[in-house]
Amino acid sequence: MASLSHKDLLGIAQLSVEDINLILDTADALRQIADRPVKKVPTLRGKTVINLFFEPSTRTRSSFELAEKRLSADILNFAASTSSVSKGETLLDTARNLESMAPDIIVVRHGSAGAPHLLGREFRSSIVNAGDGMHEHPTQALLDALTIREFKGHISGLKIAIIGDIAHSRVARSDTILFHKLGAEVWVCGPTTLIPWEYDRLGAQISGHIEEVLSAADVVMMLRVQHERQNEAFVPSTREYYNFYGLTRERLRLARKDTIVMHPGPMNRGVEIDSDVADGPSSVILNQVANGIATRMAVLYLLSGNAGLKPKRQVR
Amino acid sequence: MQLIIRQGKIVDPSQKVNKVADLGIDDGHIQEIATHIRKKGRKEIDARGLIVAPGFIDMHVHLREPGREDAETIETGTNAAARGGFTGVACMPNTMPVNDSEAVTSFILERAREVSKIAVYPIGAITKGSQGESLAEIGEMKRAGIVAISDDGRPVQNNQIMRRAMEYSRVFDLPVIDHCDDKELAAGGSMNEGYYSTLLGLRGINPAAEEIQVIRDIILGRQTRARVHIAHLSTLHSLQALVRARHDGISLTCEVTPHHLLLTEAQVTSYDTNMKMNPPLRSQEDVDALVAALASGTIDAIVTDHAPHNANDKMLEFDRAPFGVVGLETAVGLILDRFVRTGVLTIERMVQQLSTNPARILKLDRGTLAKGAWADVTIIDPALQWEIRSREFQSRSRNTPFEGWKLRGGPVITIVRGKTVWSA
Repeated sequence: MASLSHKDLLGIAQLSVEDINLILDTADALRQIADRPVKKVPTLRGKTVINLFFEPSTRTRSSFELAEKRLSADILNFAASTSSVSKGETLLDTARNLESMAPDIIVVRHGSAGAPHLLGREFRSSIVNAGDGMHEHPTQALLDALTIREFKGHISGLKIAIIGDIAHSRVARSDTILFHKLGAEVWVCGPTTLIPWEYDRLGAQISGHIEEVLSAADVVMMLRVQHERQNEAFVPSTREYYNFYGLTRERLRLARKDTIVMHPGPMNRGVEIDSDVADGPSSVILNQVANGIATRMAVLYLLSGNAGLKPKRQVR
Repeated sequence: MQLIIRQGKIVDPSQKVNKVADLGIDDGHIQEIATHIRKKGRKEIDARGLIVAPGFIDMHVHLREPGREDAETIETGTNAAARGGFTGVACMPNTMPVNDSEAVTSFILERAREVSKIAVYPIGAITKGSQGESLAEIGEMKRAGIVAISDDGRPVQNNQIMRRAMEYSRVFDLPVIDHCDDKELAAGGSMNEGYYSTLLGLRGINPAAEEIQVIRDIILGRQTRARVHIAHLSTLHSLQALVRARHDGISLTCEVTPHHLLLTEAQVTSYDTNMKMNPPLRSQEDVDALVAALASGTIDAIVTDHAPHNANDKMLEFDRAPFGVVGLETAVGLILDRFVRTGVLTIERMVQQLSTNPARILKLDRGTLAKGAWADVTIIDPALQWEIRSREFQSRSRNTPFEGWKLRGGPVITIVRGKTVWSA
C-alpha cells in the first residue's frame, strides 16, 4: 500500500514533490468512483475519522465528509465553535478528549495558524489541516493542482496568476508554494496593501496591475475579498477594488483563449469576479469542487496507515 | 572578618579592577581587596579559578505578585534570581493591581522583606493603571521606594502624556523606562513581520512599531532632559537611531535581552509558544547588530525581561498565547557561554552590563566592590558545564526558549550583604 512519508498533512511547505505527485496520481485514480453507480469503496472500513472544525465551514467540511463516506470510514463531526473556547476549554483539552476515542485521522480547521501543528506534535492520530488561520489550506491547493493538471495536462512551465487578497489568504500561500514546487511561474497580484512584501521569497513574482498578469497567464486564480478588510484600510472601497482588480469579461479578453479561471470560493460576484466570467466558458470553478472530493479521498487513504508515526523534527 | 573570598579573579569595572586577589567582607560591607588578607574569616570561600564580581542586577523582571501568584511570586522569582546569579531585581509594575500607588509599592517591598533573600527594586507605573491617560502618583511611589517609572507591557501611546511624564520624572530624579511599541502598528501581531510571518501565516508586528517610539522618546528626551531608558531594544534601526542621538549629544540608555541576542524569528517555525515574546524575535540582521552593540558597549544593560507564565496559559495556539519567557536562571550562563567564552564580549564589559550600569541607571548604591559598599557579590565559574533544564528552575514557571541548551560557564555563588543566599 502506498503512503505518505509523513504522519500528518500540515501544509504544502513540508511536502516533497514525490509526495505531491503521489497524492495527485492517487486522486486521479479515485476520481472515477464518483461516476460509478455505487460510489463507495471499502478502503477505510473500520477506520475512524473525526472532523474537528473550530471555524464555520460548509464546502470544505462537506467535501471531507463525502470523501470519508466514499472510503467507508466511520465519521464523527465535531463543530467546536470559538464560543466553547471562550467558555474555558483549550484547544488541547478539546482535542485530547477526541484523541482518547482513538481516531485514526483528525481533520482540523482552526482560526489560528499552527493549531494543527500543535495537535500533530501531541497526538498519535494523523492530523489533516483543513485550513489554519491565514497559514495553509493544503487540500485546497492540491485540488487546485489536480484541476490544472486535468485541463492543462501539466503544471511545470505554466504561468499561474493568483489575484486578490493575498495577505489574508491561506489558499494563496498553499497554492504559491505548491505551484512553485511543481515548476510553474507564479504571479501574485492585488493592491500592495494586500500582498506581504516578502511574498517573493515564497517563490512568487508580485504585481499591482491585473492587466499585466492577465496577458500572459495560463491559469487565473481569483481570491475572495473580504468586506471586513475595508475597515482596516487595506482598500478604500469595494467599488474601487472592483474597478482595478475585478475580473470582468473585458479584462479576461486580455488573456489567451485557453486560459482557465478558478476560484476557491465562496465568490463575491460583482466584487472580485463578474457572473459572466464565473459562469463562462473559461471557468473551471465547479470542476474544482468535484476534484476536491477525489483529492481528499487520496489524502485520507495515503495517511490512513500512518497514525503513530514519529513526527519529523521541526527546525529549531 | 565575616567572610573572605580567597584568590578569585576580581572583576570590578567601577574601580577598574581585574586581578586575582582576596575579597574581605564584614558587617555586610566590603572591607578590602588585597593580594592576600592575613586575617582569618569566620567563613571563607576558595574562589581559585572563579570570577568574583559586584552583584548582578536585572533591571527588568516581572515577579507577578500581586495578582498572578500561579505564575510567579516574589519568593519564587527572587529565588530564581539568586540561583541565576542576581543579587537584585527591578520589578515591572504590570501586576494586578498595577503598581501605580504608594500602597502597592509598599506591599511589594514588605513582601520582599519577608520572603526575598535578594534586593527588590520596584518600578512604578507612569500612568494610573498603566492606562496611558493620566499620570500615576509618581512622587508618592518614589517616597515609598520605586527606582524608575514604566508602563512596560502597556506603553504610553499619547505623546503629550509621555512628555508630561518625562518632565515630571525630573523632579523625582527617576529614569523613564519605555517599552517602545506603537499599538496600532503592532495590532494583532504575534511575531516579527517579515519573511517568517509571511511563511507561517501569522500576523506580524512591524519593526517600525518599536522604532517610531524609540525616535519619539529620543525627541522628547532631548526636550525634557529626562533620563530615558529604552527597554529591550531589538532592532537594527532602533539601535541606529540611538547611536545617532548619542552622537547628537542626547543621553539615553538602553538594554537588551539574551533571547534577542541569541534567537531569531526563524525559531517560530515550530509554532512553539516559548518563542513568543514582545518585542518578538527579530531577523538575523537585527541579531547581528545587537551582538555588535553589546560587544562595543553601545548597549548599557543586559536584562532578562523575565516573564513567567503558567504552562496552561502558554499551551495554546500561537496567536492566542501570552507574550513572554522566563530568563533569570539562564541569562548569565548564556552570555558567558555564547559571548564571553567565544571572545565576542569581554568579562569586564559583561560585568558592566549586568552590574555597574544597571546600578548607575537606577542610581542604586550597588554595582561596586569598593571599600564600604554593600557586599553584594556574584561568583561565576567560567568552566562550569551544565544544561538548561526547566524542571530544575526555582521559578514557578517553565517557559524558556532555551530548554536543553548545553552551556559552559555559570553563576555558582550569590552573596547579598555578605550572606551567601545561593550556592550551586
